[in-house]
Amino acid sequence: MIGNARLTTNPLPENPLLDATGVAKNYGAVAALRNASLSVLPGEVHALMGANGAGKSTLVKILTGAIHADAGRVLIRGETRDIRSPAAARRAGLLPVYQEPSLIPDLDVLSNLRLTGTPVEPFRAWVRELGIPDLDLRDTARDIPLAVLRVLDLARALAVEPDVLLLDEMTAALPANLAEKVLEVVRRQGDSGRSVIFISHRFVEISALCDRATVLRDGETVGVVDIVPGVEEKIVELMLGARIVKTQMTARPAGQAASTATSRPRLGVRNLCVGTKLQDVSFDLANGEVVGVVALEGQGQDELFAALAGSIRPSGGSIEVDGQPVKFTHPSDAIRAGIAYVPGDRTEALAMQRSVHENIALPFSAALRKWGPIRVHKERTVVASAIARLQIDTRAQGEVQRLSGGNQQKVTIARWIAANARTILCFDATRGIDVGTKQEIYKLLRELAGLDKSVLFYTSELEEVQRVCDRVIVIFGGHVVDIFPVEEADEPALMRAAYGLPRGVTADVGILADPTSKPSTPEAVP
Amino acid sequence: MTSSATMPQPVSFGRRVKRFMADRPLVPLIILLVILVVILQILRPGIVNERWLANTVKFAIPLAILAGCQTMTMLTGGIDLSVGTVATMSAFIMATQIVNQDPAVAFLLAMMPAVLIGLINGIGVGVFRVHPLIMTLGTSLIGTGCLQVYQRTVIASGAKIPDFLNWLGTGLTYGFPNALLLFVPLAVLIVFTLRRTGFGRLLYAVGDNERAARLSGVRYWQVITALYVISSLLAGITGLLYIGLIKAPSLSLAEPLVLPSVAAAVIGGTSIFGGRGGYTGTIIGALILTVLTTLLTILQMPEGARRILFGLIVLFVTAAYLRIVEER
Repeated sequence: MIGNARLTTNPLPENPLLDATGVAKNYGAVAALRNASLSVLPGEVHALMGANGAGKSTLVKILTGAIHADAGRVLIRGETRDIRSPAAARRAGLLPVYQEPSLIPDLDVLSNLRLTGTPVEPFRAWVRELGIPDLDLRDTARDIPLAVLRVLDLARALAVEPDVLLLDEMTAALPANLAEKVLEVVRRQGDSGRSVIFISHRFVEISALCDRATVLRDGETVGVVDIVPGVEEKIVELMLGARIVKTQMTARPAGQAASTATSRPRLGVRNLCVGTKLQDVSFDLANGEVVGVVALEGQGQDELFAALAGSIRPSGGSIEVDGQPVKFTHPSDAIRAGIAYVPGDRTEALAMQRSVHENIALPFSAALRKWGPIRVHKERTVVASAIARLQIDTRAQGEVQRLSGGNQQKVTIARWIAANARTILCFDATRGIDVGTKQEIYKLLRELAGLDKSVLFYTSELEEVQRVCDRVIVIFGGHVVDIFPVEEADEPALMRAAYGLPRGVTADVGILADPTSKPSTPEAVP
Repeated sequence: MTSSATMPQPVSFGRRVKRFMADRPLVPLIILLVILVVILQILRPGIVNERWLANTVKFAIPLAILAGCQTMTMLTGGIDLSVGTVATMSAFIMATQIVNQDPAVAFLLAMMPAVLIGLINGIGVGVFRVHPLIMTLGTSLIGTGCLQVYQRTVIASGAKIPDFLNWLGTGLTYGFPNALLLFVPLAVLIVFTLRRTGFGRLLYAVGDNERAARLSGVRYWQVITALYVISSLLAGITGLLYIGLIKAPSLSLAEPLVLPSVAAAVIGGTSIFGGRGGYTGTIIGALILTVLTTLLTILQMPEGARRILFGLIVLFVTAAYLRIVEER
């Protein structure tokens, strides 16, 4: 077990530029951050790491004034600063570049610069530096490609010479040549005595760029490590923490899936592509099988589920249901094929002002020929049995918005139990709900598999994989990078795979081992 | 939050009354209606009699049907501003075609523009995602224009009000307005549709959360197209009823009813943002507005002042009602 021990070998050489300690933030009963700290030295490129939901984005939002912390202290150059707004963060010398471009689409670049009072000449210089020689400042932001917009965002931040630059997944969605320039500029920023907080899922970049990394887990800072060769194992360990120890195999009827795997798969995904987000993904989902999907945020899993649910159309490849190729143009097509989608965000799935009953019965009335009078008694029986099956607390059933999050999530699942869907696509269905309900959902999914139904289960909580799944596929950068049988899918293995690190013995893996382009570095060998 | 459901504690009389009214939103509306009638009786003793009641009901019915159009479209987060034009068109076409045509043919001709405008509204809103306000306003203007063109072609043949519509619009049987024969089944049908049919459920679902409805397999355009066609048909029928009541075909016959019909639905507790409301409240809303109009007429104020007061009262009633009913 790893505690909150500092793993830095030498004491801090100088006063930190930015020092946040004991930062906490609660959303209702959910603690997004409990005790986070982050200390950035002058001239340092500092990585901020953590699994999904560890609290990275919350900490970043607090540091940049987008939200206010419930507790904690932020020192900038040794002075306590109360960052009340993004403008205050800016004045304090802290400037973020978020994943979403922040230029106003309807204005041209020059107007966007004026809006933030960015000096034009330095901006121009940075844009050239970042590898875009021919930018016309009169171009409307809407017409500029996304990758370039992100670079412009960065240039805009660099132009005001912030003390601390905060980069959130800066290189995501950038083509290789631009990404390289960006990394180069970030590195030089550190060399010139300014600091950068660098959030990334890519170990390759972090090892090439960063001096130290702060690791968050469950809203707490669990370690600060120097980036040296071989440290990624340490980081993975820190991100997982004590959970490795308590990982347990639940008694599941193993081999059940194997018996059915020989027959035609319920759902076959063949070389599926969705734009640039999802590339060449293939896998099978058998009857009676629960297949887990593990991926870091934004690796293409959203697109995979949306395509299977009929919400978006794939740009390539095919989907087969019971061996027959299908084309979904609307979710109702998928539903007719027996495929139901349970989104992670409950507000996406529920009519919040309507009753539990109406929400569960909604798919019954969807088809044109079901628009007539409702057969009240028959419907009530079906809905009641689904409610009983999921043990939904119906004390506040008049309006779904009055239910707890866990009960709301149960309603979204009960809907498809009532509709007798054969395949359920669960997208992070257990996010943000209480432990008891989570257990019930695991049990339910296993029971469904026992009834020869199949489940595709994306989860951001790795420990769930071994509780629920028969197999697990790992997606990284839009590709399926690995498929594990559940016996091998322990958390460290999944975490490594999710970060695009190759499978295998830990000691052989150097920090610069990149699965896509392998630069042979001498330090990689321990 | 939900704590109120689980924590029994002594509550003040005021809060209990508020809770009671929040659970039964019709009660405060009925109380308001009764208060208005009582005020009327005080201001002009003896006015509230059988004849007055029948008259009030007669004038409230066309308003209530048009308000039904607004209720249904508002449940999906929309609105139908073309009901006035549609009602006027079918009334006008009926009155002019009946001169030379068989009544059944005249009726079909009268309902044609209703179906057409409803279909265009529905496709515009449901398929091309034009905002309902703009879409129905647009078709309303187009309809008015077409009616003006049409008027010139029938200027020689004249117009008359069919006896049947006369009977339906103004006639009384045992003191009850005959219009109730049309309205009661229609109202029952609307209430039933909203509460007990798949279509009604979809109206609420689409208005509450369109994305969730889509994920449940609901095809938005189908629901919306059907909705606006139904709304237009109701408006067309209202036009026929209204011409029997007013007896003077004009190019702006039902236009003055449009905004009151929206007000009646809102006063009746239907949310313009969708997903919330029902038709029974709307009916009482229509009655309230009709009584209010009588009340203001009796006060013998200048027209301008009367309109100002009408607007103020509608605003005040709506705000107060929402405060009473919304517990949050």
